[in-house]
Amino acid sequence: MVKLEKNNVKVEFRGVNFCYNEEQILFNVDFKVPSNRITALIGPSGCGKSTLIRCINRMNEVIPMSRMDGQVLYNKENIYDKHVDVVELRRRIGMVFQKPNPFPMSIFDNVAYGLRLQNVKDKSMIRETVKESLVKADLWVEVKDRLDLSAFRLSGGQQQRLCIARALAVNPDVILLDEPCSALDPIATARIESLLKKLKKEETIVIVTHNMHQARRISDYTCYLFGGKIIEYSETEEIFNNPQNKLTKDYISGEFG
Amino acid sequence: MVNDHLKQEIYFMSFRLATFLSVAILLLILVYVFKEGVGVIDMKFLTSMWSHRDITSGGIFPAIMGTVFLALGVSIISIPTGICTAIYLNEYAKDTLLTRIIKLAVRNLAGVPSVVYGLFGLSLFVVFLKLGTSLFAASLTLGCMTLPWIITTSEEALKAVPVSFREGSYALGATKWQTIKAVVLPHSLGGILTGSILGISRAMGETAPIIMVGATFFMGYLPNSPFDKFMALPYHLFILATQHSSPHAREYALGTALVLITLVFILNSGVFAIRYTLRRKKEW
Repeated sequence: MVKLEKNNVKVEFRGVNFCYNEEQILFNVDFKVPSNRITALIGPSGCGKSTLIRCINRMNEVIPMSRMDGQVLYNKENIYDKHVDVVELRRRIGMVFQKPNPFPMSIFDNVAYGLRLQNVKDKSMIRETVKESLVKADLWVEVKDRLDLSAFRLSGGQQQRLCIARALAVNPDVILLDEPCSALDPIATARIESLLKKLKKEETIVIVTHNMHQARRISDYTCYLFGGKIIEYSETEEIFNNPQNKLTKDYISGEFG
Repeated sequence: MVNDHLKQEIYFMSFRLATFLSVAILLLILVYVFKEGVGVIDMKFLTSMWSHRDITSGGIFPAIMGTVFLALGVSIISIPTGICTAIYLNEYAKDTLLTRIIKLAVRNLAGVPSVVYGLFGLSLFVVFLKLGTSLFAASLTLGCMTLPWIITTSEEALKAVPVSFREGSYALGATKWQTIKAVVLPHSLGGILTGSILGISRAMGETAPIIMVGATFFMGYLPNSPFDKFMALPYHLFILATQHSSPHAREYALGTALVLITLVFILNSGVFAIRYTLRRKKEW
């Protein structure tokens, strides 16, 4: 298991159980996410990776018929406490989804969306932040002359980088990515991977992927989930070169999954 | 193999036949009404007051205006209420037994015969609330009739907004209302407006309920206030076709029908134009 200095822990799960429709998805999960690192969650379909990552920004609450217990700490504060404002929380913890989901509006408006939600009215500041976020997301050069174009006109890879820019615009502390490359071709995937490596200087990144090679290429820590339980969690090099658990070994050597 | 191809041919053939039949029936009605009714249509017919004794010396202006006023009244009453109800039911209300019962009831209300709404309007609005037989009472009655239809179609339009849009918005720290306003409504507006206006055009053609709550066959003037009675195209058409003794009644009835169809057609083209512009803006 990963040993982390106390002040390097950005997010911590303490005994988290999650049920959906009477079916238990997560079993007593304890899990620590280090600051300014990329942590990858791997495991076969249906193992609970997405559910786990969605606990971090309370996205599971959107789903009816779900129940959770245990604690998730963000900067040492339980985000499931009654007084925590979920809207505020999600402004600190951004998310990028499996399928690129730009809003049906222009490229500019997509990136400005989060700022406008926070009632930012200063137009030059919005313009500045939009540009900055698109630069960070490695998309600026491609779209700078056509910011008024509908976001749907972009290719899948560009749309996904737009979604990353959209998340960056509100200056989050943590970015969650739920299989962000599964709908993209290898070249688009490579661009996003190099982008994430750059971003970890400023952000804490958690990425769900069922592509083991991707986890190996970009992450500092890797967590293997199976059947809603954490089977093994350690430094990426360690888990791929020297897996301790037989289940982990079978999975990463391609015996199943 | 051969058998499968033959089967496919037979099925396609029957679908084609069904399509052909429905289009043919529609065309037949349109051609008939147009051919028989277009003769009486001129400026006088469209813009003069109704003359009861000699119908050829007057026009159906008050009936046209009555139907237009009625459509406006129904729109004002049922479109905002219907859309707000749909938003509440689809976006805010928790999925409880009560919500489900309400949704089921709304769907069933959409199937209640219009004459029953007429009776309801007569006893509630006309008699109990003392609104009298009036444009106002008729607007309320037809508004009630249109409401379930608007709620149902708006709900469907809201449901069609992909979950991924909502999630994307929530993940950026949007509240539910911000998400509805900025993402859900713009995306579903086309469907909501289409449903609403189809509901209104259905109300424009209703005859049975308005007879009970305020339509009259003969009025020498336009309604002065919402509490006046009014003339309306469908009722006018009904009287001309069944009760009137003038030898010209038949062609005048068909002329009235043509005007009514045209009004509905104009309204529906409006919807088409709105949808077209919205879709262009979206650039799917």
